[in-house]
Order: sequence, then structure tokens, then C-alpha cells
Amino acid sequence: MDLITPEIGLFFWQTIVFLILLFLMAKFAWKPILSSVRNREQSINDALASAENARKEMQNLKSDNEQLMKEARAERDAILREARELKEKTIASASEEAKAKADKIVADAMKSIEIEKQSAMAELKNQVAELSVEIAEKIVRKELSSEKEQHQMIEKMLGDAKLN
Amino acid sequence: MHGNLEPTILSRTGTMTARKSLVISLYFAIAFTISPLFSFAQEHEQEKGSLQEAEEEFNATEMIMHHIGDSHGWHFFGEGDSSVTLPLPVILYTENGLVSFMSSEFHHDTEGHHVVEKDGMRFVNLHEDIYRLDAGAEAVEFDAEHHPVNASKPWDLSITKNVAAMFLTVILMLIFFTSLARHHKKHKHAPKGFNNALETLVLFVRDDIALPQIGEKKYMKFMPFLLTVFFFIWITNLMGLLPGAANVTGNIAVTVSLGLFTLAMIVFNGNKDYWKHTFWMPGIPTFVKPILAIVEGLGIFIKPIALMIRLFANITAGHIIILSLIGLIFILENAGIAGVSVPFALFITVLELLVAFLQAFIFTMLSALFIGMAVEEHEHH
Repeated sequence: MDLITPEIGLFFWQTIVFLILLFLMAKFAWKPILSSVRNREQSINDALASAENARKEMQNLKSDNEQLMKEARAERDAILREARELKEKTIASASEEAKAKADKIVADAMKSIEIEKQSAMAELKNQVAELSVEIAEKIVRKELSSEKEQHQMIEKMLGDAKLN
Repeated sequence: MHGNLEPTILSRTGTMTARKSLVISLYFAIAFTISPLFSFAQEHEQEKGSLQEAEEEFNATEMIMHHIGDSHGWHFFGEGDSSVTLPLPVILYTENGLVSFMSSEFHHDTEGHHVVEKDGMRFVNLHEDIYRLDAGAEAVEFDAEHHPVNASKPWDLSITKNVAAMFLTVILMLIFFTSLARHHKKHKHAPKGFNNALETLVLFVRDDIALPQIGEKKYMKFMPFLLTVFFFIWITNLMGLLPGAANVTGNIAVTVSLGLFTLAMIVFNGNKDYWKHTFWMPGIPTFVKPILAIVEGLGIFIKPIALMIRLFANITAGHIIILSLIGLIFILENAGIAGVSVPFALFITVLELLVAFLQAFIFTMLSALFIGMAVEEHEHH
């Protein structure tokens, strides 16, 4: 058996055996192995992609949440500020109004007091005048009962008039 | 800090290499000094004359050729009638039809002495070639060049040692990979242990051989061929390194067959572009085209021939080196040489483990490359 001369028997068997092996392996080993490996790789890739998506979604949600929180905080601050302003304004306007009312009341009161006082004074004056006239009438009646007295009276009055 | 560290490291490695070389030279010195003692012991043994065969001159070429060649029985150990050999069926195709008998009927004879009679025909085993004696001849007769004159060779389709070893590889591959396939049919997750190692190798063939050479679109069609070739060659190479194993991939008939499979893959799958580029290369002056057609046409056959010779030569060379190193002990008739040649043979054997993988890889890689060239779709410009 020579080293570099191919023997037909061995060549024959190698070809037959290899063909059978190729067929058997392709059918019972390579096909299931390769397809399963490919499925697994596919599922791993899918899982990785979905994990990445989930991560991104989480990030989006987080930033959304943060945005919402920020907005809510700003709104709260605005509401609080507005309320404070409103309160201050309300207090200020109420006190002003009260002051104006009080002033008005006081002014009205003063006015009516003045009017009352004047009317009272006028009445008093009238009564004093009437009383004085009555008194004067009575005195005059009594004084002027004689002629002499009437003269005296006139003189006296003239004297007063001079004085005035 | 660095300035201080570096010199110490350098000096340490320096002393280590010095120590190593000292150990190696000491080893050689001892091996050669004690070797005469062994040879004395051997001579003493031989003087007793207990073994007649030991007196015969040791023929290294014959021993090596016997070990790397094919045979009709699977010999394990022993000499002559006391040897332990697994008998294998001898199948011969003669003018009178198929004849078969067990190789043990030759009684370990390879010199053409023992004649086996079957179906009225006489056969002898002459240096592992089966000869059929011409009608009427009782024993084989030789001419001056030791060629038989009264016998002819029938078609020998015997299950030889190499064929049996090939069957063993087939059985191993079927066991290994159907087990992996079973796992894949049952589970979706990756396998564990040995199956995982197998799957890694399958993926290696796919991702590092088929995909880069053939391309995403067409690689799937050639995966079964490439995987089968890769694992067949690798497992057979590894089995060939076991003591007493057959030298299957180091046999030219086996590599010729494998090379022809690659050739068939190229020829049957080559597309129009490939044939056009082979026999009428576009884009060059017309008078060059016929010359290039001859070169490229030859190339079609040279590619698989290079594949078959590379595999055959690498594996056979490895076996010859190991056998030569071991044979050195018997050539020099000195057991002390074993102290040198056994570690050397061990080193070469470890190297052969690498070569076993490398050759399987190269064969598959180049097959994939050639197939890739044949199915490549060229961009038309």
C-alpha cells in the first residue's frame, strides 16, 4: 500500500460514509441545532431591544413626572402668592372703606349737631325776645302810667340812643 | 518608584531563563551519561538470545510505513501469531462477484505466505495488498523485484482499519451532535457542559468561517457541509493521535475524497458570474482572456488538490516525526535515548493536538472561501 497512491477501496468508503454522515448530520443535528440557536439569538436580541425600550420609556416617564412635579410646584406657588395678595388687598380695601364710613358718620353727626344747635339757639332767641317784649310791655305799662314817667322814659331812651 | 522596580524584574527573569537552560542542559547530560548503562543492560539481555526477533535489524522505514499505512486488521500490540488484532471484513470485487471473509483468515500474514481459499479463488495478503492467485496457482511467486508474477489485484472494498476508524468518527459525531440536537429540541436556553463546548464550536464554524467567507445571504445553505467537514476532520485527527489508532486523515484516498466534495460544492454552486470570471474575465484585453481562462480553469482543480495535499501531508508528517523520534530508540539500540526522544515526541504530540484543530480549521476555512468566491454576487459596473 503506497503512501501517495489513493486506494480505490478507501476512497469509495470515505465518499459513501461522508455522504451518509452529511445527510444524517444535516437532518438530525445541524438543522435543529442551527435553527434553535438562531431562535435563541433572535429572542435574546428581542429581549435586549425590549429592555432598552423599557429603559427609555422609564426615562421618559421619569422626566414626565419631574416635569409634572415642577409644574405642580409652580402652580401651587402661584396660587399661594395670589391668595396672599388677595388677602392683603381685601384687608386694605376693607379698612379704607370702614375709615371712610366712620368719617362720614362723624361728619353727618357733626352737621346735625350744628343744625340742632342753631335751631335751638334760634328758638332760644325767639323766646328770649318774646319774654323781653313781654317784660318790656309790662314794665312800660307800669312805668308809663304817669305823664312824668313817660317823659323820663323818653329822655332816658334818647340818652341811650346817644350812647349807642 | 518605576526606576527601582524595573531592573529587579529584569534581573529576576534573567536568572529564571538561566536556571531553565541549566535544568535542560543537566537533563541532557544525565540522559546521555546513563544511556550506556541501559545499552549494556540491553546487550546483556540480547546475549541471552531469548528473543530471536530482537536480533533482526530494526527497519525504521518499514515500521513507520506500517503505522501510517492502512491495513486489513486493526493491530493493537504483539508480534506474529501472538499479536492482538481486531479482525475486519475483507470485501473483494472479482470477475466472479463479491467475495468476503474476515482478515483474521490470513493469520497476521502480510508476506503472501498464507493462502486463503474462498469461492474457488485463492487470495494472499502481500504488504496489505490483497492479491488473487491465478487459476491453478498454489502459492505466490515473485520476480526479481519482489513483484508477484502469478497473481492480480481485485477491487479491494474491504472495511480496513481506516474505514473502521472512519465509522468510529461517524458514530462519535452522531452521538455527540444528536445529544446536542436533543437538548435544543427540548429547551430554549443554552446547554451546559460538553454540549455547550460543542455548541461553541458549531458557532465558531458559523461565525468565524461560514459568515465572513460566504456572507449573510447564502451561508446557511453550506453550513451542513462545512460543519460536517470540520468536525469529521477534527475528530478523526484527534482519534488518529491515540496510540494504536488509524491514520485516516493522513491517507491520501481520504483527503482526495474530501477535496472532491469541496470541488463538487464549488462546481455545482458556482453562479454565472463565477464562470464568467473564470473563463472570460471581464475588464481585461481580449488577447489575455484565453490565457487567463487556462490559468483560472486549472485553478478550479488546483484549489481542492492543495486542500487534499495540505491535510494529508500535515497529518502524515506529524505521525512520521513522532514515529521517527520513538524509532530513534530502536535504531540506536539504546534505551537512554528515550530520555530525550520521549519528551520530544510528547512535545510533538501536543503540537499535533494544535495541528489537528488547525488543519480542520484550514480545510473548512478554505472550502468556505472557495465556495464564497463561487457564489459571490459581483456588482456590475
